[in-house]
Amino acid sequence: MTETAVIEGRAAALAIDNLDTDQIMPKQFLRGIDKSGLDKGLLYDLRFDENGRPKPDCVLNRPDYADVSILISGSNFGCGSSREHAVWGLLEFGIRAVVASSFAEIFYSNAVNNRLMLVTLPQDKIARALADAADPNRNHVSIDVATLRFRSASVDAPFALSARHRRMFLEGLDVIGMTLTYRQQIGAFAERHWSEQPWLRDVAARTYQRLHSP
Amino acid sequence: MTARTLYRRLVDSHTVAVLDEQNVLLFCDLHLMNEYTSPQAFAGLHERGLEVPVPGQNMAVVSHIIPTAAVTPRVIGDPASALQARTLEANCARHGISLFDANDPLQGIEHVVAPEHGMVRPGMVVICGDSHTTTHGALGALGFGIGTTELEHVLATQTLAYPVARDMRIGIDGALPEGTTVKDLILMVLGTIGAEGARGYVVEFTGPAIAALSVESRLTLCNMTLEAGARGALIAPDQTTIGYVLERAPDITGDTRDLALAHWATLRSDADAQFDVEHRFEAGSVVPHVSWGTSPDQVMPINGRVPRPDQQDDEATRQATRRALGYTRLSPGAPIEGIPVQHVFIGSCTNARIEDLRAASDVVRGRTVARGVRAMVVPGSGAVRRQAEAEGLDRLFTDAGFEWRKPGCSMCLAMNDDVVGAGERCASTTNRNFEGRQGRGSVTHLMSPPMAAAAAITGTISDVRRLQRRPTLTPGSQS
Ligand code: SF4
Repeated sequence: MTETAVIEGRAAALAIDNLDTDQIMPKQFLRGIDKSGLDKGLLYDLRFDENGRPKPDCVLNRPDYADVSILISGSNFGCGSSREHAVWGLLEFGIRAVVASSFAEIFYSNAVNNRLMLVTLPQDKIARALADAADPNRNHVSIDVATLRFRSASVDAPFALSARHRRMFLEGLDVIGMTLTYRQQIGAFAERHWSEQPWLRDVAARTYQRLHSP
Repeated sequence: MTARTLYRRLVDSHTVAVLDEQNVLLFCDLHLMNEYTSPQAFAGLHERGLEVPVPGQNMAVVSHIIPTAAVTPRVIGDPASALQARTLEANCARHGISLFDANDPLQGIEHVVAPEHGMVRPGMVVICGDSHTTTHGALGALGFGIGTTELEHVLATQTLAYPVARDMRIGIDGALPEGTTVKDLILMVLGTIGAEGARGYVVEFTGPAIAALSVESRLTLCNMTLEAGARGALIAPDQTTIGYVLERAPDITGDTRDLALAHWATLRSDADAQFDVEHRFEAGSVVPHVSWGTSPDQVMPINGRVPRPDQQDDEATRQATRRALGYTRLSPGAPIEGIPVQHVFIGSCTNARIEDLRAASDVVRGRTVARGVRAMVVPGSGAVRRQAEAEGLDRLFTDAGFEWRKPGCSMCLAMNDDVVGAGERCASTTNRNFEGRQGRGSVTHLMSPPMAAAAAITGTISDVRRLQRRPTLTPGSQS
């Protein structure tokens, strides 16, 4: 097994449903043209007060959670905006996996594309995992991606992951590289598509030119 | 052949290859881009040394970061934001991609600009690095949002590795009562099915109430369906759709037109097609709705009372209610009507089309904005703004005390300088009331454009039906 097959470490509990990407990565951190510096923005309003001082009661600011690498949260994690910055920020902060009872779809794709592990567990197991994570003495978690098992102090449960996503995580598949091997099929598809529906070809460029011709 | 839904038809007709039992390689007809989710995708493309194979299917706008003050030319003061705009400009120039830049008279929000000029056509796959791309399903196109890695994939290949979703149908019977809009309908639907009620599904809307909607209302509906977690929202093209598209697509004429009409007629679900989930709603029971919490499904009728956490059915809802009320500072059991607001925002890809501005202006006409309220109208695009000015709506708004601003996303996500202050409340025609969305500590109340206009006039969250003018009655006919 590759060493990335098991994610192990300290978990923190964020018992919030519908934790949206606006909260995970607020807008003021979206002004870059690269992916750097997003760890500073992660969950900013939860972590810092209006004067930019760390809130001592936020678990992510506690010294005993300094090495946290796994988050346990509620349902519909990552809902809202499609901003991939949320995933980049989590990774830059040192988070390697998020465990929740459900994830929003675009967030899920973004995570898979960046090898941020997402584990979906039923609500009763999440409740126990949240309690484990809240206790600094029993918040060690392990996620085995090869055998698809989640373990915390009081939970030992299987989880589901599609074969494709498992491969993407374990092998770091280059999806764009794989699709480029279909180049010819794509070209042939496009020609057929446009001969059947000629009004779709270059629709953006042609509309733009029509609107901007003197 | 087995019966198919409209959604499956759209997927099948765009499948280049089947990747595995869940994923297909999906061809994308139209790719919309903005300045803040695209730079890293272009950078990735350049690192790989790749070109964009079909630039003519791609289009970009500057919309999120742009200031909306009514000055010409528009200058982006914030250096980081200005760099984003310049980067988009350079990337579009390098690859031959059409760009509506900051000073283009037609500049606007991608989901407003693309349909209003006939760029979105029935049967297309439309994608964008923005979650509200579901909007374009209003025209019978499969629209959905993607992340930046996927954006790079589309730029490089004009396709996406796409996991096929499940089918949901939401039938809407009856007709919307006077004083309500499709925004009230979708808020009601969200309140019923919840913020993840459509997660994993593409929703097809059907029924007499949908057939009666204008295309602009359908755009609003499909835009906000995303807030139920939907992977897409569809309305099968009908005469309303076809009229709207043909009026805006002068290139579709003669034989092409016949071909297009024949193709569009096939874009519907078979009568015996199976949906994994079905919901039905009665439009006649819709009343004006507003949000009270921090998730778009935390909504209530205007005549309702703020929920009491301890009366919720389960512990999760009790906690979510408590947390939301802690943020929005509303008292459990209090009426929502009459809560004072300090801001009114009429704008966004949900509700900044001409029809929305007309509906809001009807309420505003001859009245003035309440003292202590900052009210602004931010048209969805340059074309909307011009049309409104041609109809005199700008004067109507400014005479009443509204700010009449230039197009952009503006206070919808407050990435520019249109921000709601901490502790302040905004009556907003947008689609999200998340914590901090319109500014740190700000409270958003989602509602329709007429409801937002009513809030501006009264200074409080109000039932617009009280302000709506009845047709003049002949003397003596009053009971
Ligand atoms: S108006 Fe709001 S929801 Fe629409 S694209 Fe802009 S920021 Fe996103």
